[in-house]
Amino acid sequence: MSLDLYGTTVQSRLLLGTSLYPSPAIMLESLKASAAEIATVSLRRESGTERAGQAFWSLIKDSGVQVLPNTAGCKTVKEAVTTAQMARELFDTPWVKLEVIGEDDTLQPDVFGLVEAARILCFEGFEVFPYTTEDLVVAEKLLAAGCEVLMPWGAPIGSGRGLNNLYGLRSLRAHFPKVPLVIDAGIGLPSHAAQAMEMGYDAIMLNTAVAKAGDPVAMARAFAAATDAGRTAYEADPMETRDMAAPSTPVAGTPFWNN
Amino acid sequence: MRVTVNGQPHETAAATLAELLSELNYDGAVVATALNGEFAPKGQRLELAVTENDQIEVIAPMKGG
Repeated sequence: MSLDLYGTTVQSRLLLGTSLYPSPAIMLESLKASAAEIATVSLRRESGTERAGQAFWSLIKDSGVQVLPNTAGCKTVKEAVTTAQMARELFDTPWVKLEVIGEDDTLQPDVFGLVEAARILCFEGFEVFPYTTEDLVVAEKLLAAGCEVLMPWGAPIGSGRGLNNLYGLRSLRAHFPKVPLVIDAGIGLPSHAAQAMEMGYDAIMLNTAVAKAGDPVAMARAFAAATDAGRTAYEADPMETRDMAAPSTPVAGTPFWNN
Repeated sequence: MRVTVNGQPHETAAATLAELLSELNYDGAVVATALNGEFAPKGQRLELAVTENDQIEVIAPMKGG
């Protein structure tokens, strides 16, 4: 059941974000309930007098999770690369969840900028987790740039719509059977997570669906169970679907059957 | 001279990035920096000169998705 990401082995296939929770205490409880071993974090401007980031960083360090810094909000290659470089120094990790946002309403990736930024960062020794779409050609280019993990969206960030393009996501999975694929963004319900895992996706990355639930801790637990269930189902090799009914109860010996 | 720190104008006489950070009470804080859009590594702050109209970013860990 374990998952290998750039040589790091984790048992949990759920990655959790650290934003939007009602309180830091609930964030920590949710992380624990999710059993996530990897949590995303970001970088923001710090005031020398308020130092809000220092307290947050203490909490995360004490939680013991491995951090995956993002470049959320970056709209250009230059911004994303500089943010990644700052993240590497700040968090002392080569990991970066690379986001180059191309459109404000959907927060969809600028895939052209994404590939270029990925190429630069991989060359500089980063281990890049690119937030991308289900586009196969973009995926090929990201892998050629040096990415060893891909993070296609399920739906726009924070939308909770689940898997918007099942055909595209199935194609992506089928085209890259050996590449760790993590569904990132758009997951709203545990059933969405289970569905992606049943399709053979390697892991789920989410934030809003847990943080904005009425009971984030319980929802974190539900997502952990759904992710595990989906993975177990995938490994159990689900039955083929068919168009017409096929009786499960033996036909032979049916009472009152006169043929 | 006038510089911009995290998008805000700031008057300073600091000669280096390290001096500027100290002036703005960042001593001891876990922060990373960028100077005019380029990453400014911690180990270079003592040597990096601050000049008129420089744009400086001082960032720290924050919650994120």
